[in-house]
Amino acid sequence: MKLSVLYFARLRDAIGHSGEDIEVPADVTTVGELRSWLVQRGAPWSAAFAQVRPIRVAMDQVMAPDATRLRDGAEVAFFPPVTGG
Amino acid sequence: MTVRVQQSDFDVGAELAALRGANPRVGAIASFVGLARDLNEGCEVLDITLEHYPGMTERALEDIVAQARQRWDVIDALIVHRTGLIAPLEQIVLVAVTSMHRHDAFEACRYLIDYLKTDAPFWKKERSPDGSRWVEARASDEQARAAWQRGEPRK
Repeated sequence: MKLSVLYFARLRDAIGHSGEDIEVPADVTTVGELRSWLVQRGAPWSAAFAQVRPIRVAMDQVMAPDATRLRDGAEVAFFPPVTGG
Repeated sequence: MTVRVQQSDFDVGAELAALRGANPRVGAIASFVGLARDLNEGCEVLDITLEHYPGMTERALEDIVAQARQRWDVIDALIVHRTGLIAPLEQIVLVAVTSMHRHDAFEACRYLIDYLKTDAPFWKKERSPDGSRWVEARASDEQARAAWQRGEPRK
């Protein structure tokens, strides 16, 4: 399925860009599987996800635990814990 | 309910006047203003850059207000949060609640800022004389949120 991935804050700095459109294979069906798939692509994702911990995820702008099933065409954002206020 | 994310500063008096309007049921207004300091964890802060996730930020703030409305008797609520470059002494965020009685206003106001701190997608980057660094989330913020979930009194 096709997904639009976004990276924020320190994770974006570590990866080097703010987002990308990707196509994942059929065996990537959950948020957790997407996270693993990005890491196995190698640099810069592997180093970035190792350095910046923990990483939170939102799908279509709603917080999404790792078990969340991905939707075709969804926007999936990865970011460190928030620090507003 | 009003939720705004903006680069420009805000006038607290004007915002509270607009929030209360001319509603004669309003017996209490509680508010919180978050300000930028010049010192964080022993490091001098020259300025802060506030990043956010456009779209999700507003939605997350609206969800937090909706949760507060379920728990307390709130007449109206306001959150204004700035983004972009902010210098020490400047305002960052305003949270305000109106209600008939003070208990609901105080509690809901505290709840809104505690949840904003852990659930609203903003990220701060601090610039110091030595360079820039991303601010880390504080354990005390997670603890405050957890205390609300357990129904405990705040410290």
